[in-house]
Amino acid sequence: MKRNKAQEYSLASRIKRNWQSYVLLTPYTICFFLFTLLPLVVAVVLSFTYFNMLTPPKFIGWQNYLRMFTDDDIFIKSIKNTLIVAFVTGPASYLLCYIFAWLINDLPKPVRTFTTVVFYAPVLSGQASVIWDYLFSSDSYGFINNVLISFGVISSPIAWSTDTDYAMLVMIIKIFWASLGTGFLSFLAGFKCVDSSLFEAGMIDGIENRLQEAWYITLPSMKPQLVFGAVMQIVTSFTILGSSNAQYATQTLLSHIVDVSNVRYEMGYGCALATVLFLFMYFAKKLIMMLLERVGT
Amino acid sequence: MKRKNKEINSNKKIRHMRASAGAKKQIRSLGGNILVGVILALVGSFLALPLVYAVITALKPIDELFIFPPRFFVRNPTLDNFVDLIDLCANGRVPFTKYLFNSIFISVCYTVLQVLFSSAAAYPLAKIDFPGRALYFKVIVTSLLFTTTVTQLPIYIILSEMELIDSYWAMILPPLGGTMSVFLMKQFMEQIPQAIIEAARIDGCNEFKVFFNIIIPNVKPAWLTLIIFAFQAIWNAQSGILIFREDLRPLPTMIGQIVTGNGIARAGAGSAATVFLMVPPIVLFIFTQSGVMETMASAAIKE
Repeated sequence: MKRNKAQEYSLASRIKRNWQSYVLLTPYTICFFLFTLLPLVVAVVLSFTYFNMLTPPKFIGWQNYLRMFTDDDIFIKSIKNTLIVAFVTGPASYLLCYIFAWLINDLPKPVRTFTTVVFYAPVLSGQASVIWDYLFSSDSYGFINNVLISFGVISSPIAWSTDTDYAMLVMIIKIFWASLGTGFLSFLAGFKCVDSSLFEAGMIDGIENRLQEAWYITLPSMKPQLVFGAVMQIVTSFTILGSSNAQYATQTLLSHIVDVSNVRYEMGYGCALATVLFLFMYFAKKLIMMLLERVGT
Repeated sequence: MKRKNKEINSNKKIRHMRASAGAKKQIRSLGGNILVGVILALVGSFLALPLVYAVITALKPIDELFIFPPRFFVRNPTLDNFVDLIDLCANGRVPFTKYLFNSIFISVCYTVLQVLFSSAAAYPLAKIDFPGRALYFKVIVTSLLFTTTVTQLPIYIILSEMELIDSYWAMILPPLGGTMSVFLMKQFMEQIPQAIIEAARIDGCNEFKVFFNIIIPNVKPAWLTLIIFAFQAIWNAQSGILIFREDLRPLPTMIGQIVTGNGIARAGAGSAATVFLMVPPIVLFIFTQSGVMETMASAAIKE
């Protein structure tokens, strides 16, 4: 069938020619639409309503958003906490994930498998972050308290989770511990996809140590993984679940959302908060993408 | 004179590299290796600490669990807690093996479907220029940024309309719409050299054949990693508001009910339960990581 230039590039014929792609996309698209996109749209719509889950939603326009910024002290505090934790742990976690994946990558195989299990252990253990609560328990039963007391560093137990000064510190430690997760594994896998002949070419061209090798060869080859790791890191950092404990010292944006939606049944307000969180992450992501463009130059 | 020196230097370098490279491809030094080893050991202990603690606690007899001052290591390790846990589970209305079956069915089903669907969707996004591609991908990545807490309610309503509440599918289907998996697979697939795909197409493969025979084998580290992420997420997932029929509930829910419902009296069984739930993901992890560890040979393309 002869096609002229115009017909070849027309939308209809392009769609027809790529029918196999659309077939491949279909199963996922159905699930994505039903269980991710549609609920997301519903949530955004709900953010403009008052909805306590017992009575039907009542449209109230921008009130939720106004209330957020003018009337809700806990919201301001939770944003402050979230930003502090995100900026302290986010980039550091990301770098650490990369550095450790890089170091572990070169070990001999059995050692590598063992080390990977150890490093991924926090995520593998699922519920074991409660162990941290036990270790940092506020009374003298807490393991850390006990060690510090017996070494004479402190004379009475520190109330780790309720003392506002220490609560953030403990949360940051827990986050660092749990942070070698998604990014770490995908970097590890990503190293394996780098073309090994590039390293030999680099050696001949005069690269002298591992640092140079990393910047000029490894990093640019892994750019897709770096992007993936960065986006996942943003998601993780901004959605850290703090706890709504004493004076909301460790309240983060997500725990505020949970508090508002699941505990106080103010679904409309919760959705508005979630939308604001979403906007935060969207801009953070745009920023990070600009930075990542310059890797390897 | 200068040119002669340069030649001598570069010859020296090549000889030195050849000598030290040997079987290895990169440049290493002994001091660097030791430093790396120390760092890894220190960090590894920090990370493994709570995990080790969980295992040790599970082995403690009752009198050591609440001892004051609290001790880290166990003096008289015992398997009592595990025996207790089995006893507790055996007395329920629904046998333990049914819960185990539920968990395994849900987890395996979800993992297989997730890998299949995400890879199938990722391939066109990564390598085929079809109309709507940019928009589609943008929508996916953007919805990644929306927290799932507030979408639970709409998901429940949708499942309820589809009359899928109280079935295995209530737990399997919603995470299948997750965006992280597609994103991960797409990023890995981008790295496949276009030349291989072109060659396959010239040889007459349609897109499905290219997908199964070329793409999938070449991103093995990616879908092995995806298997871990998927399995681990679903294995630990609580059924919450999705399943109310007791005999369809997965393992974590059952253990949670028994252990937390009984509070401190069952702390020992609780630790045993935590350890028990950790085992399948760890075993799966070891198997898949051995698969990831092989470098993808790039010998397929000689340009």
